[in-house]
Order: sequence, then C-alpha cells, then structure tokens
Amino acid sequence: MKPLFAHLFANRFWVIAPPYVWMLVFFALPFAFILKISFAESLIAMPPYSDIWSWADDGFQWLGSINNYLFLLDDDLYYTAYFNSVRLALVATLVCLVVAYPMAYAISRLDEPYRSLFLLLVILPSWTSFLIRIYAWIGLLKNNGLINHALMSLGLIDEPLVMLHSDFAIYLGIVYGYLPFMILPIYTNLVKLDHSLVEAGYDLGARPWKVFVTIIFPLSMSGVVAGCFLVFIPAVGEFVIPDLLGGPDTLMIGKVLWQEFFVNRDWPVASAIAVVMLSFLIIPIYFYRRIEMQRLEANK
Amino acid sequence: MRAARVMLVAGLVFLYFPLLVLIIYSFNESRLVTIWTEFSVKWYIELLQDEQLMGAFFLSLQIACATAFMAVLLGTIAAYVLVNFGRFPGQTLFSSMIVAPLVMPEVITGLSLLLLFVGLSELLGWPASRGAMTIWIAHVTFSVAFVTIIISSRLREMDGSLEEAAMDLGATPLKVFFVITLPLIMPALVSGWLLAFTLSLDDLVIASFVSGPGASTLPMVIYSSVRLGVSPKINALATIFVGMILVGSFLVWWTMQRWQVYATDKKAAEG
Repeated sequence: MKPLFAHLFANRFWVIAPPYVWMLVFFALPFAFILKISFAESLIAMPPYSDIWSWADDGFQWLGSINNYLFLLDDDLYYTAYFNSVRLALVATLVCLVVAYPMAYAISRLDEPYRSLFLLLVILPSWTSFLIRIYAWIGLLKNNGLINHALMSLGLIDEPLVMLHSDFAIYLGIVYGYLPFMILPIYTNLVKLDHSLVEAGYDLGARPWKVFVTIIFPLSMSGVVAGCFLVFIPAVGEFVIPDLLGGPDTLMIGKVLWQEFFVNRDWPVASAIAVVMLSFLIIPIYFYRRIEMQRLEANK
Repeated sequence: MRAARVMLVAGLVFLYFPLLVLIIYSFNESRLVTIWTEFSVKWYIELLQDEQLMGAFFLSLQIACATAFMAVLLGTIAAYVLVNFGRFPGQTLFSSMIVAPLVMPEVITGLSLLLLFVGLSELLGWPASRGAMTIWIAHVTFSVAFVTIIISSRLREMDGSLEEAAMDLGATPLKVFFVITLPLIMPALVSGWLLAFTLSLDDLVIASFVSGPGASTLPMVIYSSVRLGVSPKINALATIFVGMILVGSFLVWWTMQRWQVYATDKKAAEG
C-alpha cells in the first residue's frame, strides 16, 4: 500500500489536480456558459433561453445571434449604467486611498502589541456582515435619520439634507465597505519599509513632505496599486451598495444585471451585460493578477 | 506622523460609529430607529421567535462550516503547489484562477455559476436541483482564493530548513508535510478557516443566484427584510452578529498575545 501511495504523492499531477480541476470546472468553465447564453434568445421555458447551435440531420447549425449586444448598444440605460459604475468606483477608490494611506502608515509605525491590535480593529468590521454594515447607513442617512435629526436639533440646518439615494451615499458606502481592503495591502508594504532610507532622507535635509513623496510613497507603490485594484474592480460590479443606498438616478451595472435576471427574467441579456462588463474589467484584472503574483513572490 | 495618527483614529470612528448606533438602537423600545424611547430587549425575543430567520441562520451556519473545511483543504494544496512546485505546465492559468476570484464582481460569479449548474443539469442531469449543495460549491470556489493567499504567505515566511532536515533524515514528502509543514502553518489554516466561514456566512449576491426554491440563507432573508425598510429586529440580529465576531476575534488576539509572551519568557528562561 505504501509504495503506491508514495508514488501517487510523488507524482505532482495528483497533488495539483484537486484544486486545479475544481477551479477549472467551477470558476473558468462558467465563463464559457455565460458567453454561450449571451448569444441565445430569451424564452418562456425552463431553462429560459434558446439553443445557439443544433446537430440536426444537416450537420452543425448556428442559431445564435448578437441581438442582445445590439440591444445593449441601443438603449441609453446600459451605456449610462456602465459609465456611472466606472465613475463612482473610480472616485470612491481615490477617496479610499486618501483615507487608507495615513491609517496604514500610522499602524505600521506603532509598536507591538498595539500594531496588531489596531490592525485587528481595522479588519474586524469586514468580518461582520457586509449587508448589515451597509444597512446601518440607511438609518443614519435617511431624511428623518440620525444625522439629519442631530443637525436639525443643533440648528445647523432647517430642513433635512437629502443624503440617502444619492451619489454621495454610494461613495460613502463603497469607501466604508472597502476601506480595509485598501488599508491591508498598503500596510503590508509599509511595515516592511526600511526606515534607514527615511532617516537618510531626513539627514540629508529633506522636508517631511519631500521624504514622503520621494522615498516612502514610491516604496509602497505595489501595495497602493494592489489596494486600488482590490477596491475598484469589485466596486464596479457592486450590487448591494447601489441597491440599498443609491437612488433611481444612480444606476450601476451590477444592479442593472441583477434586475435583468431577477425582475425581467431575461437570462441572455443579463449574460450579455456580464460579458461586456468582464471585457472591460479584464485589463485591470490582468494587471491585478500580475502585481499580486509579484507581491507574493517578493515575500520569499 | 501626528496627522496620520489623527486619521487613524478618525478612520476607526468612521468604521465603528454606524455599528455602534445599530447596536444601541437594537435595545430601543420603539419601532422607529431614530427616536429613543426606552430600553427593551423585545426585538431579541421577537428575533428568537422568528422561525424563518432562525431556519435560515442554521442553514447558513451549516453551509459556512462545510465551505470552510473544503476551502482550507483545497487552499492548502493550492498554496503548497504555488510556493513549492516551481513552474509547471498550466501554472499561469492556475495562478490566475486562484487570484481572479478575489476581485471578480459577485454578480458575474453568481450568474456564470448558475448558468453552469443549469447547463450541466441539462447535459448530465447533475445537479438535479439547486439549493444548499450548489451554494456550497459556489462559496468554496470564491473562498479558496482568500484561503490560498493567507496560507501561501505563511508558507513563504516559513523556515524551510526544518523540512530539508526531515527530508535528509529519510522522511517521505508526505510525512514531511504532515509532521513538519502542517503544524507550522496551522495558525494560517485556522485564520483561513475563519475567513472562509465568515465569507460564506456573509454572501448575499452569489447565493441568491445559485440557490433554488426553499433554500434561503441568512443574508437572503435579511436582504428581503431590509428592502421593506429599517427594522429593529435586524438591528438585534446585527448586534448578535457583531458581538460574536468582536468577542471571538478579541479572544483569539488576546490568546495569541499571551502565547507570544509565554513563548518569549520561556525562551528567555532557557537562554
């Protein structure tokens, strides 16, 4: 028994196989299905889409169409939703960076055990439910919510500020929900920063701002880029935040896809939306993969 | 530096303030979430009597446990392969499939997995129906990425000389892995397990796509209730959730600090 088992284990193929096959079947293969269905037509049946090819007596026949894509081009709604998603995600990512960087820096300069305590404090909220954390803002931002209530009783405003169901609420939601994902990679870089370089900069008479711009920030660049991708890419396709905090005018593509699928029950159009979204996210995903692999290798 | 520290404190207030308000108002007598009337635990009692919510909670708990075990199993192998195997054919595809789920928008993962399940059941008759099983598969798929990242960074930091020594003394690779490597990366396995567990417990979007009739997870039930408006019952649920995680994580942190102190003292005593 032992020689056989040892042989199997020595054979790398069997070690790699379980995670490889799992990810191939349940992560890569589904994209083939989404591409296929995006060329189908919507039917009232189960499953609710037509075949895109057939193997009849006369051989292979292509039955698909690009109507779903033409439909997306035709309607302003989708164009606006894509544009809005990228704009909202981009601005929120930048705000996230501005908030996260000093936080990550401050934590990296603390001594143990405070460093791990503060790191834990930053990560903890993201271990509680995302849905609940976004939900918490509804009660705060509503017209008769806590913030308006407080501002009005202080006499700072006469009528409630409209904060919920606006762009502002979406920005806030993304920054709030994704902040730990920006802090962590930046912290990982900053904590490994060689401080003799910073001291050398000071010794040579550089001002703090200059030391930051020319030494600290460039050295933490890979963390900054990884953090930005880690926030931006999922935020583009975000559903919970635009659905709970956004208004009817602040369409984001993740919500549009959700509605095509769950409300209109149009699986082919939902697939076409996903294919288009993926086709412009593939470039950031590619760069994210590269930087993530470099960072992983740099640890060694 | 002072500015950065101010930002750290402000950022933490920003992160915790909404949760704090949520917790305070879960003890409010009134249904209105903005006006404080008097202290009461009636929403907690109503919560416990809500059979739909409790059922969904137990379903989510089961899926999350099963997800965490499978994700740690696959993630450990994947991390070991990525760190120790060097280059092998198809490695780029492998590392892409491990990293991409970290950033993939949930609506895309959810929709594509659903289409896979529907397509497969047309072709092969499997899966016959959608429910806890398909949610489990979906959750494992995206959790593996996070678990692999955690475990592989631990493997990289690890001192390789112990493994080499065991190897030199004639241990088989399998024995080296179980006797030397596994105990050394155990903390990473535990944090990977916890992360996969919370990711699964938290997921709304992917579960909504791949679930079938009758299988509603906790986030799905919370979501349909939240859509109808703010309810103190959800606040009570959130409080229990946040409380469990805060206490649990703090205990883990505290134990690890104590353990570190103990280890340093022991070293000092020996040295």
